[in-house]
Amino acid sequence: MTTYLLTGARPLGGDPTDVLVADGVVAALGADARRAGAQVVEADGLVLLPGLVDLHTHLREPGREDAETVESGTRAAALGGFTAVHAMANTTPTQDTAGVVEQVWRLGRDAGWCDVHPVGAVTVGLEGERLAELSAMARSAAAVRVFSDDGKCVHDPVVMRRALEYVKAFDGVVAQHAQEPRLTEGAQMHEGVVSAELGLTGWPAVAEEAVVARDVLLAEHVGSRLHVLHLSTAGSVDIVRWAKARGIAVTAEATPHHLALTDDLVRGYDPRFKVNPPLRTAEDVEAVRQGLADGTIDVVGTDHAPHPREDKDCEWGAAAFGMTGLETALSVVQEVMVDTGRLTWADVARVMSTAPAHIGRLTGQGRPIAVGEPANLTLVDPAARRVVVPEEQATASVNSPFAGRELPGRVVATFLRGRATVLDGALVEGTHR
Amino acid sequence: MRHLLSAADLDLGEAVLVLDTAAQMAATQAREIKKLPTLRGRTVVNLFFEDSTRTRISFETAAKRLSADVINFSAKGSSVSKGESLKDTALTLQAMGADAVVIRHQASGAPHTLAHAGWTHGAVVNAGDGMHQHPTQALLDAYTLRRHLVGDGGRADATGRDLAGVHVAIVGDVLHSRVARSNVQLLRTLGARVTLVAPPTLVPVGVHAWPAEVSYDLDDVLATGPDAVMMLRVQRERMSSAGGGFFPSPLEYTRGYGLDARRLALLPDHAVVLHPGPMNRGLEISADAADSPRAVIVEQVANGVAVRMAVLYLLLAGGDTTRGRDEGTSRAGDGQERTDVRTDETRVHA
Repeated sequence: MTTYLLTGARPLGGDPTDVLVADGVVAALGADARRAGAQVVEADGLVLLPGLVDLHTHLREPGREDAETVESGTRAAALGGFTAVHAMANTTPTQDTAGVVEQVWRLGRDAGWCDVHPVGAVTVGLEGERLAELSAMARSAAAVRVFSDDGKCVHDPVVMRRALEYVKAFDGVVAQHAQEPRLTEGAQMHEGVVSAELGLTGWPAVAEEAVVARDVLLAEHVGSRLHVLHLSTAGSVDIVRWAKARGIAVTAEATPHHLALTDDLVRGYDPRFKVNPPLRTAEDVEAVRQGLADGTIDVVGTDHAPHPREDKDCEWGAAAFGMTGLETALSVVQEVMVDTGRLTWADVARVMSTAPAHIGRLTGQGRPIAVGEPANLTLVDPAARRVVVPEEQATASVNSPFAGRELPGRVVATFLRGRATVLDGALVEGTHR
Repeated sequence: MRHLLSAADLDLGEAVLVLDTAAQMAATQAREIKKLPTLRGRTVVNLFFEDSTRTRISFETAAKRLSADVINFSAKGSSVSKGESLKDTALTLQAMGADAVVIRHQASGAPHTLAHAGWTHGAVVNAGDGMHQHPTQALLDAYTLRRHLVGDGGRADATGRDLAGVHVAIVGDVLHSRVARSNVQLLRTLGARVTLVAPPTLVPVGVHAWPAEVSYDLDDVLATGPDAVMMLRVQRERMSSAGGGFFPSPLEYTRGYGLDARRLALLPDHAVVLHPGPMNRGLEISADAADSPRAVIVEQVANGVAVRMAVLYLLLAGGDTTRGRDEGTSRAGDGQERTDVRTDETRVHA
């Protein structure tokens, strides 16, 4: 395996140092790192982070290979600085059995661009009616720890209670897509001033907040871990803040798009901005940023949701919900949180690597940058700027809400257990299998 | 004006121009020979993804009276889940050389997408999209209001006039109504005051940003003496649980928000009653009200043709010097064009 010497890198944005990557681990730091025979990666001024971990990726395989495959999605992940992604369960067939999660896990291992951890469905076929065989998935080769019906809400309170209780046996976590279904029938966008004007059926904030409130109380009652996906409203942030103060074992996620974009963008009826939960108001965006800054929100998850062109090249009502995000997530976080002084790079490492790895119970990811630790690393140039061109991305889909927008930051290199998956901002082909 | 997608597209000058042009068009419709040569050789496509015989016939009549070729394309049920997409339909019509596409679609924003996605080069006229907009309905309503309420109750020439000082109550299912949305915007542009009247369940969250007052009490509003009352259609299925459960029963709705003889009597003498049709007699409006002398509902239909003639004329011929295929129209500007529209022929039914 190639040995790499990263010269002048700034771990977590701190003082520059040299970092030696050898035999899959961080072999040396500082003066000790200068070793002959290593391939030098000029890293002056670049920020070194632990490899990013996404708790919320849709890789679409099996079933919707026209939108994404494990191969194309994990290429996108590596280019975005990720060394591990959690592949959501809403595939076809659904990831609700040990067989399917093992298949996805193997596809990820074979692709080799980053670790792929399948998320198990909470209920059979995401139907919300009876529990899937959660234990079998947990004990499979895929060793599933995160369970979610994402895309759909586990809306039945009894089913949710049972799931929360049941996963305690193997230290699992239920990741809830909080959406009260009756309050969101036919919903197309955030319910408020813009929906009233545009004549689109509203997705009210309360439909999310009511489920978040119920679930934190359920988690308290049964003493389980709860993870709330894509918090999008100020009210949800308040409820999670209250629950944490009360000692409830809840963690929460924000997506890059809910940190950056508002429902005003829907005014042009461009389906690239159609997503679930929907883009909210400027006040909600500010609350989500504040929640991430003060630790109420634990992680940034991409909710990378690729869709084929025909599902977005149509009228708003017919378009699919979702946007891509793996290759823009870190830049968006830099723009709205780091460059504004609300998060340090050490905080970024926490919300995009350490915390998601901990929630997913990954042992080799989200580790400190220290001698002997697994070399899952991401090297970022925060001074770079680039215009997002979806057609040039590695994801197989082009539904990026940031298309045409200039964003700061560029992932220069990604290392997966010491092997470079990305160098000079490009995928390293051929060496990864 | 390149397209007409929303009532908000029109500023005061443009809105008044449409109304004035419609008045000239209406005058030509009183002649023995109603057909004008203005859009000869131009093709207007009526692209209807949703049933609406009334609106389609109105646009069809308007286009034919301007000598345009009319293609009716009914695409109901073929758009969303199966069959041809809106995009492919639009590309097909583009290939056939549509100069204007009049679109009715169940999805809010579909006309906007059609106009801006680069699928067609023709002018796009929104003939009603989802719960969003129905701008020609608002224009024909404004035209009707101006005829009756401005210029000494229709006895003096209202050309060039707006609706300043006019108070209009819009009553009914505001939440689901594209007619209400277009009317609130256009009436405001024309200087009128609007009060929306509905049960709270049928008023959208976010209505506070609209340039209109909101009341939940029809009798209170009628007591203020509005100049016009516009009744909106209420779908009976909205009361069921599956339909959203917006009100307990048709009877309770009618008691609170139906326009009947008693409420009609509360109105000032000059006030008029409008309804975009089709009416649910006995639900939002009683036969007494619908058939009363102050109801201008049938006239609205006639005015719809004149207004749609004006819109097609202004989009395809008016103020556009690059096309020049139409006849009988001067290139010198709006004033000249107006003169040309009303020249020749004797008015028979004046």
